[in-house]
Amino acid sequence: MAAHTSHPAEPLVRIARRKAAPLSRKIAVRAAAILLALVVDALFIFFVTGLNPISVYVVMWGGTFSTPVRFSWAMRDLSTLLCIGIALAPAFKMRFWNIGAEGQVLVGGLATALIMVYFGNSLPAPALFAAMVLGSVAAGALWGFVPAWFKARWNTNETLFTLMMNYVATSIVACMTNIMRGQASSLGTLNKATKAGWLPIIFGQRYTINIIVVLVLTFAMYAYLKYSKHGYEIAVVGESENTARYAGINVRRVMVRTMLISGAICGLCGFLIVAGKDQTISTTSAGGNGFTAIIVAWLAKFNTFYMALISFLLIFLERGASEIASAYSLNEYAADIITGVILFFILGSEFFINYRLIWRGHHKEVKGE
Amino acid sequence: MKKMLGILLAGAMMLSLAACGSTGSEAANGGSTAEAAGASSDLKVGVILIGDETEGYSAAHITGIKDAAAEVGLTDDQIIWKYKVPEGAECSDAAEDLVGQGCDLIISNSYGHQTYMVETAEKYPDTTFVSMTGDFAAISGLDNFKNAFTAVYQSRYVSGVVAGLKLQELVESGTLTPETQPNSFDADGNVKIGYVGAFPYAEVISGYTAFYLGVKSVFPTVTMEVMYTNSWFDIDKEGAAAEALIANGSVIVGQHADSTGAPAATQRKKDDGVICYSIGYNIDMLETAPTAALTSSTNVWKAYYAELLTAAMNGEEIPTDWAKGYDDGAVAITDLGPECAEGTAEKVAEVEAALKDGSLHVFDTANFTVDGQTVTSAPIDLTYYDFSSGEAVAVYQGETKEAIHDGYFDESTLRSAPYFALHIDGIVEDSEPVA
Repeated sequence: MAAHTSHPAEPLVRIARRKAAPLSRKIAVRAAAILLALVVDALFIFFVTGLNPISVYVVMWGGTFSTPVRFSWAMRDLSTLLCIGIALAPAFKMRFWNIGAEGQVLVGGLATALIMVYFGNSLPAPALFAAMVLGSVAAGALWGFVPAWFKARWNTNETLFTLMMNYVATSIVACMTNIMRGQASSLGTLNKATKAGWLPIIFGQRYTINIIVVLVLTFAMYAYLKYSKHGYEIAVVGESENTARYAGINVRRVMVRTMLISGAICGLCGFLIVAGKDQTISTTSAGGNGFTAIIVAWLAKFNTFYMALISFLLIFLERGASEIASAYSLNEYAADIITGVILFFILGSEFFINYRLIWRGHHKEVKGE
Repeated sequence: MKKMLGILLAGAMMLSLAACGSTGSEAANGGSTAEAAGASSDLKVGVILIGDETEGYSAAHITGIKDAAAEVGLTDDQIIWKYKVPEGAECSDAAEDLVGQGCDLIISNSYGHQTYMVETAEKYPDTTFVSMTGDFAAISGLDNFKNAFTAVYQSRYVSGVVAGLKLQELVESGTLTPETQPNSFDADGNVKIGYVGAFPYAEVISGYTAFYLGVKSVFPTVTMEVMYTNSWFDIDKEGAAAEALIANGSVIVGQHADSTGAPAATQRKKDDGVICYSIGYNIDMLETAPTAALTSSTNVWKAYYAELLTAAMNGEEIPTDWAKGYDDGAVAITDLGPECAEGTAEKVAEVEAALKDGSLHVFDTANFTVDGQTVTSAPIDLTYYDFSSGEAVAVYQGETKEAIHDGYFDESTLRSAPYFALHIDGIVEDSEPVA
């Protein structure tokens, strides 16, 4: 019986997992993805908006790199996004779907704002900052603890629980900002007259401390996950709870402890946003970073250094998009399409790094690879 | 580690790609600067907007600035736009970025931008910052920080006159009587009207009082109910408030909120056979409410922007507080609806002329009372307060000045932002905002 080279039942293309691809291939795939994205975008820009694609790309580049202050803002925004990514990493590594970073950041920010306003005049600066940090960390940790405890105790669904906690946090912040604005029509910056509780200006910017704190956290979380006993426990629980139990790991404890850490770092991020960046609180203080950070954490497979790179890419695209919108009086949606295409191709390239396509009738070549 | 290198390298390639591109566009940029040099002025203007052209309030500002720029001969590349800038730290970023791009004049269009604009103004004393609708430029102690607002209360008064004429016609023709629509008369026989307000601030109080006085100047036996939405733009809530007001008997529904919710709801009720009409704000509502809309009061921002741009181009002093009305064509009402009373256009022209030449004052103390008394004194505290800690902390100390002189309350002269906040007789504010 002769073997059929193309059996009719064989699919046109099959997908198979690739063993660790060589570095050269990873670079080639990613470079190709970016090139392809730029080409597709160029077509979109040329045919839909009628602009010169090259100059649009230059403007987009300029969104982050045209002036030192823009670059420093990009670093500031990066530090916010990365900080939440760092907070999420241990939870997600444990396969605990913490969708509640937005709320955890908000309550941390709210605690900071309340302490700033109500103790701004009575406490000396060091004590005030200590209280703000502790308050924000405690508030964020509480917001992480509640769903974790319910999950550990009654196995509730943490995805829904943490998501719902976001709405609770948003409503509390909305209520408090309404009270705090008093007869004014909007809250504005807090402690405007005294600047109490505003982080000091270092190297010309208030958010320098934010960047330093997040830098430290990046190293600390990397070490915690990779080298500490806790980090190992998190990894085991994430792989299989039964294995963890078999190995004598107290799964409930790990779960609650990890979510306390996750929430606490989110709360700290709230502190950095309020004291170092915005000097005020609103329902949009977290600005959706709590959700974007999930992408950051996942794409980087919880490696905090990759997270920094991915955060940078996202911030670069975001700033580029708004610069395109501003420079060409384009609707922001058009600019978002341009950056969306780039993101799509970069994410898509991960597929070609991790998997390979086997076309019908190409068995031999594949085997020979 | 290898993977990280991969990402880095990919990034580096992106850099080099963009670097290749940049040479091409510098040439293009060079071309446009040459063009700009040919213009009459090298003024560069930055505009920070709360929305974009799809949102009515910002659209009115965009139109105003573009019209003014065309009039004074400013080219497109002399204006840099920042759209959808929230009332937060993003606003100081945007302002600082515009400074970095070489703007000499930076305008923001929302009240909440003000506290962030002033921070940037402190940092860059050589750049002029205008916070539209803001209220503390004069007391901020900064020479480069300005406020402007139109005297929109004047056009609200005129829109009230239009509504009053309609009421008069309805009552005199026998269409609206205690028999045909009993709900629309109170115990004393006054006709009920209503008003959808955004927030209980002076800006809104000043506006609805002007509107009410306009109605009353034509049709004296009238009483008004004000319902708040606690939002500047909420179609559903504004619609619900209008429906609630009409259910309570309002024959006219005025508004100080930015959507088409109230006129749309009024049109629906009218189509159901209720006698009710709408007075809009900002834009012509005839498309939304073809028969129910009588007119809308509007701002003509171009009047201010033309003056501002001219002054900036010629290096002249820009007024710290600018507030003009009919005298400068800065406010207007939109086209009259088909169901307006006969003779409305003539009466409107007459009232507008009187407002223009100053013979008519909207807040004439002879025309309203508070708790049954004629008001003779209204001290206005111009201090800007921070209320966040529960007590009022003065951020910028201002004087307390008397607003009433020569028998009328002088609105928008002590500062450009409205400050009339008296609760006059004949108007009832609902204690609860619309659900």
